[in-house]
Amino acid sequence: MSISRRFGALSFLAVAAIAAALLAGCGSSTKAPTAKPVTLTVFAASSLTGTFTDLGKKFEATHPGVTVSFDFGGSSDLVAQIQQGAPADVFASADESNMAKLASDHLQGETPRDFASNTLEIVTPPNNPAHISSFADLGHPGINLVICAPEVPCGAAAKKVAAAADVTLKPVSEEQSVKDVLAKVTSGDAMAGLVYATDVKAAGAAVHGVVFPQASSAVNTYPIVTITGSKNGALAREFMTLVLGATGQTVLAHAGFARP
Amino acid sequence: MTHQRAAAIPRWIYLPAALGATFVLLPLIAISTKVDWPHFAALISSDSSRAALVLSLKTSGASTALCVLLGVPMATVLARTSFPGQGLLRSLVLLPLVLPPVVGGLALLYTFGRNGLLGHTLAVLGIRIAFSTIAVIMAQTFVALPFLVLSLEGALRTGGQRYEVVAASLGAKPTTVFRRITLPLVMPGLLAGAVLSFARALGEFGATITFAGSLQGVTRTLPLEIYLQREGDPDAAVALALVLVVVAVLIIAIARPERAGR
Repeated sequence: MSISRRFGALSFLAVAAIAAALLAGCGSSTKAPTAKPVTLTVFAASSLTGTFTDLGKKFEATHPGVTVSFDFGGSSDLVAQIQQGAPADVFASADESNMAKLASDHLQGETPRDFASNTLEIVTPPNNPAHISSFADLGHPGINLVICAPEVPCGAAAKKVAAAADVTLKPVSEEQSVKDVLAKVTSGDAMAGLVYATDVKAAGAAVHGVVFPQASSAVNTYPIVTITGSKNGALAREFMTLVLGATGQTVLAHAGFARP
Repeated sequence: MTHQRAAAIPRWIYLPAALGATFVLLPLIAISTKVDWPHFAALISSDSSRAALVLSLKTSGASTALCVLLGVPMATVLARTSFPGQGLLRSLVLLPLVLPPVVGGLALLYTFGRNGLLGHTLAVLGIRIAFSTIAVIMAQTFVALPFLVLSLEGALRTGGQRYEVVAASLGAKPTTVFRRITLPLVMPGLLAGAVLSFARALGEFGATITFAGSLQGVTRTLPLEIYLQREGDPDAAVALALVLVVVAVLIIAIARPERAGR
């Protein structure tokens, strides 16, 4: 008796829920032609914070009613979040290996497209106290060199470049991220660090950058893709087009990114 | 009093209590289900994992010793004397308890870093603190010290001064009273405080990564290693996280009887 009554209540709830869902569905479909507020969610590598925020504003200006919401973070963190079901429409990675993780989970809406590349640059405090002028100078003792740990992309790149230049690096610290490396240099505790060209540009007068030819042996390519199951597939593809097009490329070049 | 039945608590209170306990325990169960058990031993015994564990235990031990050395006199002054501004001083000393550790790390950097307040003096003396194990110990001591001061000051206050007054009236010098009466009486509180400080030092992350850097065997403690491995080898990160949880649980288990006995 009580079971059947409870069952009755449950089925009533289920019917009500389905009805509500149907009504909601009807509501949105009739409203679709008018500019209903839409939020496009973009997950992007933290090195894209400045450029993508800028591009997001440009996108909103040409798409009334659309809000672009960003989640900037380490590429591997973002991939993990997407794999756990985070509602991303677009994903822009700082490297190809993290992008590849999405392919194996069938989360890529199409084939990813490369939109930028970044290379390493030596960074020193503005007065360059250790007089670093070449990559070989980083091998000298007593300069308090700070680089990324080999486990993270910027560290893997540093390792590759060091091998290509045949220089043994003896860092005093292997940081978790390029931002940590930069912080140690701007505080003056490290006399040299290896970061991306875009980081040197973004830090402006707080640091001094030294370009070196061996950097070309480790080029980081940035791919972008829409996410399978995105509710805003068309908008997501339009955002991708913006990044890959002239506007996107100008903004990226201005921040120090090279073409892929 | 011991035979008296404890007053009943409202029965509904078990529900939120169980909810709270589940909230704390469920993530711990979740992390243990994520462990790659067949490779567990290999994951936690790699060179980098062992170096991180050994460094963590050594630095936490050293910072706990520093906490005792500095914290016992601090707690004694706070509990047994009164002077203008004492309340304010106590709040300031306990500040690292509520401060985000990253802020502590920055503060240490601006004090002992190359361009810090004492940076020039240290450079003249030829001492480099940043990127050294000393920096790790300093960061840990900074965040762990309030735990020791807080528990010991509480123990000193509840213990009272009866025996100290008697000893002094019998002619014992202040140092003798402190060594023979005060310290033995608050020993359980001191041990509990030291264990808490050790646990806090073991888990220290923010101040270390900001102030000390990260290099295997020198400054990369277990929490930093876990954070780093999460990028390259998530299985190793999970395994190491479980090691840290087990160590923490052991520490709490050691600390509990001391606190109950107080």
